[in-house]
Amino acid sequence: MQRATLDLWVGLFVVIGIGALMILSLKVGNLNTYGVSDSYVIKGNFDNIGGLKTRAPVKSSGVVIGRVTDIQFSTQSYDAIVTMNIDSRYQFPKDTFASILTAGLLGEQYIGLDAGGDEMMLKAGDTIMKTNSAMVLEEMIGRFMFDKASEDDDF
Amino acid sequence: MLKPIARIISVIQGIGHRVIEAVWRLGRATRFFLLVLLKSGTSLRRFGLVIRELYYTGVLSLIIIVVSGLFVGMVLGLQGYETLQKYGSETAVGTLVALSLVRELGPVVAALLFASRAGSAITAEIGLMKATEQLTAMGMMAVDPVARVVAPRFWAGVISMPLLAAIFSVMGVFGGYLVTVLFIGVDEGSFWSQMQSNVDFRIDILNGFIKSCFFGVAVTAIAVFEGYDSPPTAEGVSGATTRTVVTSSLVILGLDFILTAFMFRGL
Repeated sequence: MQRATLDLWVGLFVVIGIGALMILSLKVGNLNTYGVSDSYVIKGNFDNIGGLKTRAPVKSSGVVIGRVTDIQFSTQSYDAIVTMNIDSRYQFPKDTFASILTAGLLGEQYIGLDAGGDEMMLKAGDTIMKTNSAMVLEEMIGRFMFDKASEDDDF
Repeated sequence: MLKPIARIISVIQGIGHRVIEAVWRLGRATRFFLLVLLKSGTSLRRFGLVIRELYYTGVLSLIIIVVSGLFVGMVLGLQGYETLQKYGSETAVGTLVALSLVRELGPVVAALLFASRAGSAITAEIGLMKATEQLTAMGMMAVDPVARVVAPRFWAGVISMPLLAAIFSVMGVFGGYLVTVLFIGVDEGSFWSQMQSNVDFRIDILNGFIKSCFFGVAVTAIAVFEGYDSPPTAEGVSGATTRTVVTSSLVILGLDFILTAFMFRGL
């Protein structure tokens, strides 16, 4: 085979291969959903994070506005410190309410932010004061049964 | 009285001989691998040689990789849909197809196909060159056969394997899309968005890529060694070709387990 045609085919092969890698990372993977735009870090202390994992989405009104980057346990306050990366296009008031919610009945857990009415905005490194822990299904069922039992006592 | 004992001894001798032979070969293979790495400087400087081999190992393997990737993805989509729709979560089929391809099937099946398509060809070519004394002739002309013949083939295999695995995965995802979205009618938006939110670049795609690099090194190292080490007869070359496919397949699967244990155990 002619040398030039050989080079052409090999070049085409390499281009297709690298193109496949690009498709994998951009279309199949989630490389385009983080690290592209600027972001800032805020923290939140939760009594119970349930099944929240790092890289879980942070949503407000259902729109993904950031991701959980780190979860640690604090031995000072004995609760979980969740670090979130928020897209810097979205600013939130200081009294924003953060709660751990579940997508669907058994779906993945995410953090929902509900904006408050404060004039001051959250800055990078700030901690959200108002948090709501994850709903743990066993606790809920336990409370329901306990309530049911005490209701029955009234009769 | 003496005969059975002599027979038992000869059986034990045979086993010992085989074990020693295997260890000996492993040592030679390792030494040969290091020699190839040492001598690859020259062949990387004459990159035309590698490009020529890239054509034979990479470009000519494209068709089998593309077609099998497509069918593997289609089957995954079909089977995944059948099971997932029982639980009403048929939109997760995108995640299933993408994750199984990117993490496991892409690198492993592509490497198995590569071993039987390109690895066997490399072994047969080098083995035949040895049998027809072309390698000796090169040595006589002060051309190092390891640098001129072996190293370019080795590097061509190492370069083309990750690319082929990526192409395999993309074709598989496309096949899954074809079957579930276009034929069955799963919602297109949730197919892609579920896939994108669950396939992580670092954990899944990068690890799959690293896997395929390892497989590329393993398969081509085995192929060039078997070819270079084959007895210079027609029978020897055919045996070496068979051994290349068998050994590479086993090494790929074993290596895959080890790499998976390292990469995904922390999850």
